[in-house]
Order: sequence, then C-alpha cells, then structure tokens
Amino acid sequence: MVRVDGSGRTNSLIQVRGLDKTYRRGGEEIQVLQRLNLDVDKGDFVAFMGPSGSGKTTLLNLLGGLDVPTHGSITVAGDEITHMSGNKLTQWRARHVGFIFQMYNLIPVLTAFQNVELPLLLTKLSKSERRKHVETALGVVGLADRMNHYPRQLSGGQEQRVAIARAIVADPTFLLCDEPTGDLDRKSADEIMSLIIRLVKEYGKTVLMVTHDPVVAKLADLELHLEKGLLVEGSHVQQNAYAGGAA
Amino acid sequence: MKFRQLIFANLFRKKVRLILTIGSFAVALFLFSFLAVVKGAFGRGADIAGADRLVIINRISIIQPLPLSYRDKILRIPGVKAITHNNWFGGVYQDEKNFFPQFAIDVENQRKVLPELQVPDDQWTNFVKDRQGAIAGAKTAARFHWKIGDRIPIKTTIFGGASTWEFNLDGIYHSSTIGGDESQFWFQWDAFEEGVPKSFKDNVGWYVLKLDNPEDAVRVSKAIDDMFANSSFETKTETESAFAAGWVKQFGNIEFLILTIGAVVFFTLLLVTGNTMAISVRERIGELAVLKAIGFSDRSVLFFVLAESLTISLVGGLIGLGLAALAIPVLAAALNGLLPTLILSPAILSVGLGTALLVGVVSGLLPGIGAMRMRVVNALRRV
Repeated sequence: MVRVDGSGRTNSLIQVRGLDKTYRRGGEEIQVLQRLNLDVDKGDFVAFMGPSGSGKTTLLNLLGGLDVPTHGSITVAGDEITHMSGNKLTQWRARHVGFIFQMYNLIPVLTAFQNVELPLLLTKLSKSERRKHVETALGVVGLADRMNHYPRQLSGGQEQRVAIARAIVADPTFLLCDEPTGDLDRKSADEIMSLIIRLVKEYGKTVLMVTHDPVVAKLADLELHLEKGLLVEGSHVQQNAYAGGAA
Repeated sequence: MKFRQLIFANLFRKKVRLILTIGSFAVALFLFSFLAVVKGAFGRGADIAGADRLVIINRISIIQPLPLSYRDKILRIPGVKAITHNNWFGGVYQDEKNFFPQFAIDVENQRKVLPELQVPDDQWTNFVKDRQGAIAGAKTAARFHWKIGDRIPIKTTIFGGASTWEFNLDGIYHSSTIGGDESQFWFQWDAFEEGVPKSFKDNVGWYVLKLDNPEDAVRVSKAIDDMFANSSFETKTETESAFAAGWVKQFGNIEFLILTIGAVVFFTLLLVTGNTMAISVRERIGELAVLKAIGFSDRSVLFFVLAESLTISLVGGLIGLGLAALAIPVLAAALNGLLPTLILSPAILSVGLGTALLVGVVSGLLPGIGAMRMRVVNALRRV
C-alpha cells in the first residue's frame, strides 16, 4: 500500500523519508521537494502528477539513483541508496531499476534485440542465456517478430515497447516511467498502458510513473500529486487543472 | 567480447566520416613511414659505420686530392692497423640517369679495411689478376642485369674528357650488414693511375684506415692532422660515422626537416581525430546518458569512446603502413639509386603503429573523460 505521511511499514519496498531537493540557480535557491515521505510496496502502481516544474521528474531521478537529495533518505529493498558512492549507485541501478523514458531513448544503431540485450551485458549471463532472456522480454511486449528491426524501422509505439522490454529484461525491482505515453497517439498510448498494467497484474512489477495525462494517471492504483514540494494523495485534487496536459 | 557489437555499431554510425578519419590516419602514417625511411637512408651510413675506422680527406674539401705518399707515413702511426685509399671516378653508364658511385680501389688493402663488403674468393682472385677487372655491388648488378663476364663501358666525365673506359665484371660484392651499401662499382687503382692524365697521378681521393683499438680514434686522428698541418695538403681526419653524418649534412639538416614535418603531420592528425571524436561523442551524449542510467559505469563509457578512437587509429595506421610497404620498394626503384637504400624496417613500422595508437588514445581521451563525467540527469534533459 502506498503512503505519503511517513507512516508506512518498515518493510515497504521503497521508503522515502524527509526528502529535500534544492537547486541553486544563479544566487537563488529553488526548493523542489520539501521533507517528502513515500512508502511503496511490491506490486504497487503509482502515478505522479503535477504541473511543470513541480518536481515529478526530480523525484523520479532521485528514486532511480540518478540524482542525490539535499536531505533525507531513500531505501529500496533494504538498501539505503542516498549515501552510496557513484560506482555503487551505478551497480545498484543495473540490478534494481528499469527506466522507461518519454522519448524511448533507444540506441539507433542497434537492433531491437541488441537494445534489449544492453542491460544483460552487465551481467554474467552467457550469450545463449542472454538470447533467451531477450526473446522472452520481446515476447512479453509482443515484438518477438521484430527483434532484428532497427528503431527507425519501428513505429513510436513499437519503439516504446522495445524500451519496456529493455527495462524489464534484467527483472529489476521496480520500473520508473517518465511520461511513457507522452510522445504517442492515443491508440499507441492505450497499448503501452495496457502493457504496463499487465506487467503489474501478471508479473507483479512495481511501477512508478510520471505523467501529465489524467487518463493515463487514472489507470494507476493510486495518483499522487506534487504540490509545493509535497506529495498529496487522491485523484480528485486539481485534476481539472492538468486535464489540458500543460507542459 | 560482449561489447564488440556496441562499439562497432557506433563506429559505423557515420560511414563517410569513419572512412575520412581512417583515411587521414592512413595518409599520415604513409607520410610518416616515407619520411622515416628517407631519414633512415640518409643516416644509415653513420649507423653502420665501423667504430674502428677513420676517414682522411683533404682539409679544404673531399674533392681536393691527397698525396699517395701520405699512406706509408700514416701507416707508421702507432695504433693504425691497415690503410686503404679510394678515388671517385664519377662516370656514366649508358645514360646520365644511371647514377651509381664508382671508385678506384686499393686492391691490396680494400678487404682488410672494409671486410663487411664481401666478394667470393675466386671472383676476387680473378679481379686481382685482371687489370680491366671490376666488382659491382649486388644492387647495381641487379639493377642493370649484369652478370659476371659482362663488358661494362663507363664514360668518364672528369678524367680524360669524354672517353669511355671498359671494364670486365669479375665479381659481385654483398654487404654483410643490413642496409649496407651494395651500389658501388670498384675497379683497380692501378688501372685508374694508368688511365688518368698526369696531373691526377699519385693522388688519392681519400684514405680509410682501420685502428687496432677504437679507443685510439681521437689520438690517431690528432696525430694524422698534426703530421700534415701547414703542408700543401692538410688533412681532416674523423671517424667514419662522423664522416657519414657530415656527408648527409651537405644536403641540409635532413633530420630536423623530417622531424618537423612529421611533428606537424601528427599534430594535425591529432586535431582532426580529436575533433571527430568530440563531435561523435557530442552527437550521442543522450545515448551515453541512457547507458549510464541503465547501469553502465563511467569507466565503461570511457572505454567505449577510447575503443572507437583506438580502432580508427589502428585500422588507419595499418592501412597507411601497408601502403608504405607496397609503395616504398616501387619508389626506391623509381629513384634510380639517387638515394641510399630505402628500408621500411620493423622499427619504423613499430614506431608508426605506436604513434598512431598514441594519437588514438589522446584524441579519444578528452571527449571520453567528458562523457565519463557527464551528469546523467543533465544529459537526459537534453534528449
């Protein structure tokens, strides 16, 4: 169960306590996140919403170990990541986090198969084992027949499915999705969301997603809104304000 | 290696750019090889010169003669083991383009002083017996398709107007040192003495002497030059290597010229490759950020960039050196003996390849370190 008041169970999969993030621009300090708390259990699907500049992507980056907080702690599956060195954090990301980006971020000179295989190159799996895992992941996203296609030979929706296969191929602890449907038409967006929901329901994946789209956000188990650096629970809050998909 | 696919896929991302960069490496390495070969050819005389030999020339210039009478006086100086003398003939074989050095040699002492220039004993015996005999270096004999027994006409341009001297080829010499000069043509000093006008008689071009001990070189040189100081034919005595180096300097400071050109070529190559790698990394900074996001370490990213620049430099370098290996023998033949032997030695190939790899590392290092230090969050924001 997702909690934002800091009263979650101690064995929550993701536990965030008193998270602050402050940026310095020029001489000015901008506080993006303020004493933020969050508890996410295994298998939860959470959508983060909020206006542009509210700190959604910053929160996602902090949860994914791509950025470090000014204060506070983030604990994932018992490991506190906030004090890990750069190298340890890199290794931790490889083992625990699957990233899905708005612009898919596939390597254009690699085939779908090779793109999905990338996270497995960091493991000790043999070539044949890697092949098996990649074929399985591409099978899950329904692109087993497109594994030798390059990104330019795929539609946007297919590219995002390849990106999802890349995110799940190493069986990470949780998935972080940053506007996964932001660059897709409605039909493709629906397909991607169906796939993400299937990952949660059938495969028990934990998914944390940032989105501007209230239709997409509603598909999550819980919508959380970032307001003045704090997370506010409930799907009804300011929903109309975001309906226009303001950037 | 499991990262091979990723490295090669990135390398072939812009094929034209890849070909041009490899091409610039190939051209630079070809030029480097050529310059190094020319430098080696000019310097080889000094490199292979005997440490125990001295060359004595007229103090004014090598084209001024020395009296034959000096021979016995020099031979009496303690530490002198043997002495021989040569004269430059400066003749032409068939055509002025067919340049090769011809020397009148002192038959009795030539092999004592210059043992590395080897003639089979039976051929030498025939040569000694034949007043019109001649010995040719293997390279010159091959160049003109001469075989033993051939009659060789050489037209002199110095001695006796435009008359033609005829020689019988009695032998062919080989050098026992790698890169030794095999282009000379020898004939007997007695024949020379008989054929030249009276004003040239009893004079030699230069002496070469062999020492008992190389450590006596300075003392013996000084003793010879002091002996003939204030005479009509003052001498200049120096070690064979110093003489060879001085000979090269007549053409200008070849070494400095070649090193300067080489340095400019490689510096330009460094700028070209460095710029190419910097553009290549900047173009895919977002992709490198994604790699780091999904768990590739900073070192891996540096490794990918360096692997690309090293592959380019290695392939370009090998192509350039390969072309040089093919072209230099052709060039040597085309030069018709104008330059000493052009040899693309393993040392030149190793230095060339080493320099190419060094340029590869340096040109990949700066963009690679930039990519390594890049913050993923900032780079992803730019995608």
